[in-house]
Amino acid sequence: MYLKRTNPGMYYLQRTLFYLLVIVITLYLLLPFGWAVLTSFRRATDLFLPPLQFAFAPTTLDNYTQVFANASFRRGLLFSTIVAVGAVAVSLLFGSFAAYALGRFRFRGKQFIMYIILAVSVFPQIAVLGGLFTLITRFNLFDNPIGLMVSYLIFTIPFTVWVLTSFVRDIPGELEEAALVDGASPLQTLFKVLFPVMMPALVTTGLLAFINAWNEYLFALTFMSTNRTVPVVIANYSGASQFDQPWGPIMAASIVVTIPLITLVLIFQRNIVSGLTAGAVKG
Amino acid sequence: MTTNAPTQPPTAPPMGRKKKVRGIEGARAWQAFWLLLPTLIAIALVAGFPLYRTIFFSAQEANLTTPDQATFIGFQNFWFTTAEGIGLGFMQDPQWWTAVRNTLIFTVFSVALETVFGMIIALVVNSAFAGRSFLRTAMLVPWAIPTVVSAQMWAYMYNDSFGLIGQGVLGGQALLADSGTAIWAMIAVDVWKTTSFMALLILAGLQSLPGDMYEAADMDGASKWTQFWRMTLPLLRPALLVALVFRSLDALRVFDIMYVMLGANVAASTSMTGYARQQLIDNQLLGTGSAVSVAIFIIIMAIVVIYVTAFRVKFD
Repeated sequence: MYLKRTNPGMYYLQRTLFYLLVIVITLYLLLPFGWAVLTSFRRATDLFLPPLQFAFAPTTLDNYTQVFANASFRRGLLFSTIVAVGAVAVSLLFGSFAAYALGRFRFRGKQFIMYIILAVSVFPQIAVLGGLFTLITRFNLFDNPIGLMVSYLIFTIPFTVWVLTSFVRDIPGELEEAALVDGASPLQTLFKVLFPVMMPALVTTGLLAFINAWNEYLFALTFMSTNRTVPVVIANYSGASQFDQPWGPIMAASIVVTIPLITLVLIFQRNIVSGLTAGAVKG
Repeated sequence: MTTNAPTQPPTAPPMGRKKKVRGIEGARAWQAFWLLLPTLIAIALVAGFPLYRTIFFSAQEANLTTPDQATFIGFQNFWFTTAEGIGLGFMQDPQWWTAVRNTLIFTVFSVALETVFGMIIALVVNSAFAGRSFLRTAMLVPWAIPTVVSAQMWAYMYNDSFGLIGQGVLGGQALLADSGTAIWAMIAVDVWKTTSFMALLILAGLQSLPGDMYEAADMDGASKWTQFWRMTLPLLRPALLVALVFRSLDALRVFDIMYVMLGANVAASTSMTGYARQQLIDNQLLGTGSAVSVAIFIIIMAIVVIYVTAFRVKFD
């Protein structure tokens, strides 16, 4: 502010450079996605146009109709939803039990269990791929959404436990003590007293776990053959010949699976940031 | 891991808990055990037992389709030379070492770049200007996009005949076809995707710094530059280190980007995980693949230990 009076030239130069930086950052963050959105509305024949002409070429919804006409894409959406919702539901249920125990109870071995759960969350998924594969085939769960859902617990459970534990710790103890004095069992206390208070945390944690499960690729690629999830369908989307990549439909499919995520993330923006920092910074 | 459950038996029936303090403690410990049980079972089922199986198969000659016919061969999956002098262990395979080198390059450069970019973006968003909340929102977009989708988006932009970068900027150079440029193309995708995450974590750290400290520094005439190096950076250290650990571990186990953009074969020489999956699934070599997985597991755990001891990172 001093600069504005003492050296206006310098001040406005600094301001201009700053806003230039803001514009560069915004373009960097949004341009690739914006370009994908644009491509999803362009005809295949227009893809070869130079960027400026391409940007103003006629708009078409063909790519979207083609994507939704694709049976494996529709099945992918269904299986992704089943698997991700299932994994998140189980993780939230188990995770809130565990978080309640870890955040509110004192007992021996607690530190050890916390470290086990943290260790699992930094686990490379590849370390269990072979072992899980043999188990999944042994139980006839190959190409079965149940098998994939169970395998996703390896990253959704540690994540929900850590984030929820840090939320449970912040809940004032009086609430639970009152329930205890009234003779409520731990499960009654959890469901009737803590759950209502934890609702925002459960929504946030569930959403973040859902995003992770929705995006998972390695297990989905390995444990499913015909019942593919959406990321695998998009990665394998192929055209008439091996060398003809149908970029329009690929971009349309990509936008279709991304828009719900972006919408959810923008709606729950504030919670997401607190959930991410609770999960990542605190451990 | 369930053996570590509280050893105290429930000494008092529920009604007696008002009589003895230890009774309450014991009952609470027992309740905690029941609450933790589903999670412990799930972790044992999806992490503990499969990890044990992987370690077991790493010492066996085994095929993925017939795991029951495995025979014990010790460390031969890691290192074994036949009488004719042919090296069969994966550590004798130059492709593995190429994958290790590429993964390390990928990890070091993508984490370093996204830390610098993340810091710049976080500092910009942390200062007051018109459009600040818009930028804060825009920051979440690359992070929310599935990895496979961002891989396809960038593969399209890198395309040499009509990509915005491949054709528009580089004039038809096939970035992904040349192994020398492909690794940098991969780094660019990862940096784009995860810089926002880094920026969010750094921003959260910045907002917890005390504002009056900066006012005092302004009074004393410290320049913004000095304030950044002498105050902001040291105070951010804990948050920054934890973010670095998590990002490095993520980068070391990278798979999706390379597998989608480069295909299974090139991915196997670009990422350790890609190499492991090729041995394990495509070549059906359960023994060798498990040995590679064990090696990756050891590398990652070693890096965790180094980080935690060298920087004394504290996890709550």
